[in-house]
Amino acid sequence: MQRNILEYLEQTAQRFPKKTAFANETMEISFEEVQAVSQSIGSYLAGNGYAKEPVVVWMHRHPHMIAAFWGVVYGGCYYVPMDEEMPLFRVKLIFENLKPRAVICDENTCEQARALEGFGGEILLYDAVCRTPVERSLLEEIRRGAIDTDPVYIVFTSGSTGVPKGVVGCHRAVIDYADQLTEVLHVTENTVFGNQTPLYFDACLKELFGSLKCGATTYLVPKELFLFPIRLVEFLNTYQINTVCWVVSALTMISSTGTFDKIVPEYLHTVAFGSEVFPIRQFNLWRRTLPDARFLNLYGPTEATGMSCYYEADHEFAEDEVIPIGKPFPNTGILLLNEQNQKPDPGEPGEICIRGTPLTLGYYDNAEKTAEVFVQNPQNPHYRDLIYRTGDIGKYNADGDLIFLSRKDNQIKHMGHRIELGEIEAQVNRIEGIRSACCVYDQEKGKIILFYVGSCEGKDLVVRLRGTLPRYMVPNQVHALDALPLTANGKTDRQRLKQMAAELAAQRRGRRQEQRTAETKL
Amino acid sequence: MEALLEILEDLHPEVDFETCTTLVDEKIIDSFDIVTIIAEINEEYDVVIPAEEIVPENFNSAKALYDLILRLEDED
Repeated sequence: MQRNILEYLEQTAQRFPKKTAFANETMEISFEEVQAVSQSIGSYLAGNGYAKEPVVVWMHRHPHMIAAFWGVVYGGCYYVPMDEEMPLFRVKLIFENLKPRAVICDENTCEQARALEGFGGEILLYDAVCRTPVERSLLEEIRRGAIDTDPVYIVFTSGSTGVPKGVVGCHRAVIDYADQLTEVLHVTENTVFGNQTPLYFDACLKELFGSLKCGATTYLVPKELFLFPIRLVEFLNTYQINTVCWVVSALTMISSTGTFDKIVPEYLHTVAFGSEVFPIRQFNLWRRTLPDARFLNLYGPTEATGMSCYYEADHEFAEDEVIPIGKPFPNTGILLLNEQNQKPDPGEPGEICIRGTPLTLGYYDNAEKTAEVFVQNPQNPHYRDLIYRTGDIGKYNADGDLIFLSRKDNQIKHMGHRIELGEIEAQVNRIEGIRSACCVYDQEKGKIILFYVGSCEGKDLVVRLRGTLPRYMVPNQVHALDALPLTANGKTDRQRLKQMAAELAAQRRGRRQEQRTAETKL
Repeated sequence: MEALLEILEDLHPEVDFETCTTLVDEKIIDSFDIVTIIAEINEEYDVVIPAEEIVPENFNSAKALYDLILRLEDED
């Protein structure tokens, strides 16, 4: 039985040593090279006293960053991917949680790491450690002692109190996920992935393990291309990309701009999407453009190692329908629980809860938050039976497919990113002169709208937030108020704020219309 | 031009759109902004920006974007 994710790499490097594993528009790295480099990095770590601890990989999104991940695992440690564009404030919060002793950097990030206040650990330059002579016996010894419940990675997700939470994924769960997912997506050595998601989320596990397990090639699609749809499709065609697992907003960027009238992805045969609701008109455009392609809706939280459910969307949908999230992957258990912790009646909503091997090990150094959501199955008092409470509300349709309905808290999905509105509010409240703040999400326009009370100018507020929050969390609109509206029992009235946002938008439209009329007259 | 500036300032109140000519090159606007700008221009000016015009040159400055709108209005 497979116990370690590196067995995928070792088997694939033997089957396809010279084949490209990971590439971007300027370079590529073969399976054989990935293995050699990661064994070197592992030898450095193990040879210098690192063991069973988090090692941060803080690099520019690049094939080398992926090789560094496996290097950390060879060294008997677990990797923590970090983005070069992440604001330093957030990096600091993450380092305070992890207290890492080592961080692997590239030329772009090593200066930032040196300047990081309170970090006294070792800064390893990728270009240096990847040349370490391989210590075979040391690596073998590490492998003999490794078990499949050891961690592979920690990825950080938004936390409602303002502090990100580190989700710890283990070998057993990742192996289970890789086996099920590659089966569902039909990944083979002929698969060519075009990766869109950042490497610091679990979303990229699909491509990374699709490559590692099956010998598929993964191209990292440059982020800038997602601004310019024709160039994006040209990239897909140039590299003959046939499989994508993208957030919905990346797919609709192409279909909603009329790109298909000019250029069509010629090789694409598998389109997996998720993290957001796919607007049906856009989905149907994709289906009509690629009538022979498979379309799969994927659903799952980071806490259950990537994806938990899938649905093959093999027909057109009416505009008032939603694409189901379908059925669980084999070896994943789903149960719905209503507010009484009971199974809801057929067709009635309940919280989606996940059981089984895919569960992660919880949040790093945060037993309290872990205990809140990784709980004993309330339906089973007889033996230890852990479930993860997703906070997502769902129901079954008449076909027995799961449908996502809403959230039970203030978590949102914006451009495919999972965001706690509370985390944004916490950062706003830290700013001098702010008395109170509340964020709402305009689902239809996809905008995060911030209302605040205080003496700070909206402009300055945005500048400050850009320094503390990742770009995708910075509000898209800010409005100052004299006071936040309250509900009868004294809580901030989010529903009222949503209405106010709509009213403000209508006012703006009216004013612009007047301006336009005036301009035309001139 | 005023209405366009307001659309842009709504998205990025911290940017001086009258002078900035590197909106794309300096990664000031991202894909979310592009989609929003296209949608709001459509609503405001009743102009559809075709896919082949969604290129960096047309989005690097408010001026370039405004010229594009005028050009597309003329073609109507």
